[in-house]
Amino acid sequence: MAKLLETIDLVTNFHTYEGIVNALNKVSLFADHGVTFGLVGESGCGKSVFVRSVMRIVQEPGMIEGGKVILFPDKKETKTAVNLLDQSEAYMESLRGDLISMIFQEPNAALNPIMSIGEQVAESFLFHRKQEMCRKIAEELDSSECRTIPLLRHFQKSVYQIAEKNPDAFVLKLLSRIPVLKRWEKRLIQEAMDRSAEIIGKLGIPNPEDILRSYPHNLSGGMKQRIVIAIALACSPILLIADEATSNLDVTIQAQILEMLRQLKHTEISSILFITHDLGVVAEICDRVGVMYAGNLCEVADVRDIFRSPRHPYTYALLSSVPRLFQEGELQSIEGSVPNLISPPSGCRFHPRCPRAGDICREKLPELEEVGNNHYVACWKI
Amino acid sequence: MKKILELKNLKKHYPVISGVLRRQVNSVKALDGIDLDIYRGECLGMVGESGCGKTTTGKVIIRLQDPTSGHTIYHPESNGLPADISSMSRRAMKKAGIRGKLQMVFQDPATSMNPRMLVKHIIAEPIREQVRLGSRELEDRITGLLELVGLSKSHLLRYPHEFSGGQRQRIAVARAIAVNPEFIVLDEPTSALDVSVQAQILNLLRKLQKELGLTYLFITHHLLVVKYISNRVAVMYLGKIVEIADTRDIFSHPLHPYTHALLSGIPVPDAEHKSRRMILTGDVPSPLNPPDGCRFHTRCPFVTDQCRKREPLLETVQDGHKAACHRKSEIQKQLVL
Ligand SMILES: Nc1ncnc2c1ncn2[C@@H]1O[C@H](COP(=O)(O)OP(=O)(O)O)[C@@H](O)[C@H]1O
Ligand SMILES: Nc1ncnc2c1ncn2[C@@H]1O[C@H](COP(=O)(O)OP(=O)(O)O)[C@@H](O)[C@H]1O
Ligand SMILES: [Mg+2]
Ligand SMILES: [Mg+2]
Repeated sequence: MAKLLETIDLVTNFHTYEGIVNALNKVSLFADHGVTFGLVGESGCGKSVFVRSVMRIVQEPGMIEGGKVILFPDKKETKTAVNLLDQSEAYMESLRGDLISMIFQEPNAALNPIMSIGEQVAESFLFHRKQEMCRKIAEELDSSECRTIPLLRHFQKSVYQIAEKNPDAFVLKLLSRIPVLKRWEKRLIQEAMDRSAEIIGKLGIPNPEDILRSYPHNLSGGMKQRIVIAIALACSPILLIADEATSNLDVTIQAQILEMLRQLKHTEISSILFITHDLGVVAEICDRVGVMYAGNLCEVADVRDIFRSPRHPYTYALLSSVPRLFQEGELQSIEGSVPNLISPPSGCRFHPRCPRAGDICREKLPELEEVGNNHYVACWKI
Repeated sequence: MKKILELKNLKKHYPVISGVLRRQVNSVKALDGIDLDIYRGECLGMVGESGCGKTTTGKVIIRLQDPTSGHTIYHPESNGLPADISSMSRRAMKKAGIRGKLQMVFQDPATSMNPRMLVKHIIAEPIREQVRLGSRELEDRITGLLELVGLSKSHLLRYPHEFSGGQRQRIAVARAIAVNPEFIVLDEPTSALDVSVQAQILNLLRKLQKELGLTYLFITHHLLVVKYISNRVAVMYLGKIVEIADTRDIFSHPLHPYTHALLSGIPVPDAEHKSRRMILTGDVPSPLNPPDGCRFHTRCPFVTDQCRKREPLLETVQDGHKAACHRKSEIQKQLVL
């Protein structure tokens, strides 16, 4: 399989008044094309900071202080790989929402309450696909079916051709200021709207036209989350990152969304990075799983291997602390609590709570090592 | 088994007030007529999606809120007379010694405690209301309670924010059991916690129930948690109970289509498990104007004309297994196929 995303020794720190929070401690991980990769761990273990670091949107006072984030946009051509941490902010801006897009837990935070759903979905096309849409419209104007008067048609066509070459051209800005001539944008917006209706329809939402005209407050939580997914999928990203995207939803709505993602997996999205604290959701939709604890990656394996034969003591403890459908006996809880990341335990960060901990665990941080078929574990005692 | 509480057609409607004249225009039917018996020593699980009225049920039972109509009958342990607490004044309840017998633990330990009070005072508050104790005795009692919930004397003089979520929930439990209650409403006590901590709290609650002979109403939206902790489960939908049965029966042969959808929607932490899914369409209707007939008919795949017109009653199917569905006997066969 071909790699899609790889991080090497990624380190992210938050410089707070109380001290430096070491939220990511040399996280090295890779995900392949076409795979739904699940990242699990308890709250505060650094899952969100990880994806935010990948997208370079870590909030203040956080800083990425080491490592690499390598994206392989092309399955076959590994030479096209880029280290995202070396790129300019402009490059990242064009990447977000286009090649990689993200959805969060709170749909309300992602949607603008005073813009209609249609405008918000269309915005994504207008931002990332303007040139392509202009080309398409220019071609349409050429075709015989177009019924605009010839002179106007000619004018519009040249405007669209300018827009195709340089969407920020001065002429276009000027034209947008002149009321009569501003109309050239109409076709563009119509085209974006058509595409929006199409993508919403693809998500299996009934009456896409009505939904496009409504506002966020008219919609239920589950529907809003679907719109957010539609916006994320608008430009056919090669990677969709979902950070706790279904955690706030009710069971029946969560089941709807997971089913939708599973179907889209065959058609629209190739790879998903799914962040969650719910091991049930992981078992439902992920192919591969990474387990995090206190800023460290403990174990990476195929989903069956994680559930059938977990190798890291933390993974094992985590799995025995969730109630099962066929639960036998008491739940095993992990003694103690998650460490404070300002002064994390030395060596392996799990050692104070680990039943197998020995001297070496207190001294040195274990690295991920392959212990079986594509199964990686960072533990001294396996 | 002996009953501890008996709910009869209990309702809670929150008025919706609007306009210049501040007139009531509608009401949120948060709880729309439930009948329920709760037995001594059991853990009754209550599940349902958010907004279906679970928290309201808990609050109305222990009279944190007054019901709009209906009755809550409390049966005392020794053969005293049953009392209708739905219409008793708070003072009368306290005088009869019922108030302290019914307690509640909330979901978010951070907001259910006064951040400016020391742990010692948080736990002392309900005790002081009940009995007068010397400061020495009081402190001993509080220390005992803290040890019972897995904390220690060293935690007495700290503020809530100095604790982790799990520890705060332990404090909330200590406060609830401080006055020797008989019945505790646990409203999503583990929903804000991480799984490893959730296991600690669930095991603690189980232990306390056994040691102190408590009765629980365990409210949650997490079905696997309910399966772990309760003997019986009630499923709520839009202010009504749609099915109630022993935990084993609910999970092995659910009768109501909604229960079935809930169960098949649980993400099961097991990669091998592939269930036959029943995915519902649409969302829960608003409790302002619940649908006519069966409230679930707008999302039910088995809907018939009868369901749209007539509301089904909660009827016994087998001993102790009740469901409110017109087609409960036929559907079971279709679901198994
Ligand atoms: N803005 C911030 N300031 C300080 N610390 C932060 C900030 N954001 C996150 N952290 C710290 O980073 C760690 C990881 O957080 P996060 O990635 O959000 O966890 P989760 O796995 O729940 O998504 C936490 O311990 C948290 O304290
Ligand atoms: N104080 C209140 N005023 C008005 N409506 C309320 C109030 N409390 C709850 N509700 C409404 O009652 C319904 C049931 O709420 P609740 O009992 O909290 O549900 P659950 O606990 O099952 O999520 C919801 O629709 C909610 O909006
Ligand atoms: Mg997070
Ligand atoms: Mg509630």
